[in-house]
Amino acid sequence: MTDVAGATGADKAPAPEPAAERRFSETLHFARRNPKLLIGSGIVLTLLFIGLIGPFFVGDDPNAYVGPQSEPPNGEYWLGTTSFGQDIWAQFVYGLRSTFLIGVFGGGVAFVIGTAIGFVAGYKGGIIDEVLNMITNVVLVLPAMVVLIVAVAYLDARGVFVQGLFIGLTSWPWAARAVRSQTLSLATRDFVDLARLSGRRTWRIITTEVAPNMSSYLVMTFILLFGSAILIAAGLDFIGLGPTNGVSLGLMLESAVAWSALQLQMWWWFIPPGLGITTLVGSLYILNVGLDEVFNPKLREL
Amino acid sequence: MLELDRVHKVYRVGAFGGGRLRAVRDVSLTVKPGEVVSLIGESGSGKSTIGKMVLGLFRPTSGRITVEGTDITTIKGFAARKEYYRKVQGVFQDPFSCFNPIFKADRVFEMIRSSYFPGVSDADWRDKVLAAVGTVRLDPENVLNKYPHQLSGGQLQRLLIARALLLDIKLLVADEIISMLDASTRIDVLNLLGDLKERGLGILFVTHDLSLGNYVSDTSVILRKGAIAEMGPTLRVFDNPLHPYSRHLLSCVPQLHRTWAEVDAELAANPPEDVTLPTVAEDDDSAPLLEAEEGHFVGIDQG
Repeated sequence: MTDVAGATGADKAPAPEPAAERRFSETLHFARRNPKLLIGSGIVLTLLFIGLIGPFFVGDDPNAYVGPQSEPPNGEYWLGTTSFGQDIWAQFVYGLRSTFLIGVFGGGVAFVIGTAIGFVAGYKGGIIDEVLNMITNVVLVLPAMVVLIVAVAYLDARGVFVQGLFIGLTSWPWAARAVRSQTLSLATRDFVDLARLSGRRTWRIITTEVAPNMSSYLVMTFILLFGSAILIAAGLDFIGLGPTNGVSLGLMLESAVAWSALQLQMWWWFIPPGLGITTLVGSLYILNVGLDEVFNPKLREL
Repeated sequence: MLELDRVHKVYRVGAFGGGRLRAVRDVSLTVKPGEVVSLIGESGSGKSTIGKMVLGLFRPTSGRITVEGTDITTIKGFAARKEYYRKVQGVFQDPFSCFNPIFKADRVFEMIRSSYFPGVSDADWRDKVLAAVGTVRLDPENVLNKYPHQLSGGQLQRLLIARALLLDIKLLVADEIISMLDASTRIDVLNLLGDLKERGLGILFVTHDLSLGNYVSDTSVILRKGAIAEMGPTLRVFDNPLHPYSRHLLSCVPQLHRTWAEVDAELAANPPEDVTLPTVAEDDDSAPLLEAEEGHFVGIDQG
């Protein structure tokens, strides 16, 4: 980023009321009063904290057979044990960690591909737009889950990152379309032409002129991609195509079903991972709605 | 210096790009150093399109635009384009959309600095900016370090002119730069254009306002539906309009001391002598010009 006040470098007297600061404090003002944003981010951050810190307080191997079998929750095993004597709390905290990992990585890959294609297509227009839009539409109509099942089933060793990569490669199209449409309208503004007349390269115009104008939009796009990556990963894990080494909330659900936890009424085995995924993705969506209300003045409840 | 040779611009419109919109039709004109050429025309007459083609923002569909002998469509690559913009700059119509709303307004100067003057020291650059801001008769205290929404349209417009002056330009494309200004600052900007002309700048002055064109320019070009209706030295075009469209335009200029009825009656009493306008076949998209008197051309009548 260039120093915007550079032309007045010697002039250090601050403007009476800098608009960016005012806009920022105004955003903060509404952010602190928006219950959806507060609740959503509170839950997400709590879960993130558990996922980050929790594994340090349980054993190294969440799949180790440590205790009595099929124990309901008690003082020693907070969430009980599986029918093999694995600690469900340990599995849960490790699972949360890998769930966040897959969300950040899978969502991140999708975000990078989607925004890059959206920006280039929207800014360049013409034949480039046509081609990129065609690719986007093709990937958009592919049944992503089926492609993922086929692709993931052929992989021998599956880790969280490989899974995240495949999720990212299939879930970017709607982000690309959304970013493209925003870029289309921003790219016709005169300040983009003026930047071209100022001898700026295309990628700098995109990153310093177009993207900052839609920063809130980009944040929300990432949050939605993050949430959907978690859901897709859980779906893959549940049908047995999750990481072969390690543990995740989806894998916990899979083994709970595979070993008849439902029929044996071992609710402590399937409720925590199911609730974990639901709460996390649910709060991400609530957080997203809250952010939308904060950034978009028309949606603010006064 | 700037030369347009039979320039056409056709836009594709409609769902599958099947429709054609002829924005600029067979326009040839020249701008010499130290000359102001006014492009006068109604909305949609193609005048802004010509400006943007000269600035290299659009490509002409056919024809040549040359600046100092170089065909600008042959300017390829980032470095060459950057050098081109060192010589040719533009000021756009709407100052409010020329500034990125989330940054301070003087960022437009900073962009010029980082692109063209990376080696200049802070103090030197500040002097240069203050000089440019002074040239457009703005008070630096009032306009620097402010956000675009804190400044008026006139201030923003003059900042954009100051921005163009930071570079040692040869040609300025001024696209309706007066339309956003109030009457008192208008004359300042017009006089500023006069000063620039004295310095040897070529100015392509795009306007829809006949009186502004009359005030500032050496040569006037009246555009109609993308084609030149009349072109010639400003005095001749305004004293002796030959094309029916320019006559109509001039009769539409409000006059303080006469009513419309008086104007119409006078026009009916002394009908101007008709000139034969060049004609073209129905499917011919050229727009030939006829030299009615020395340096004074009339174009086709498009109804």
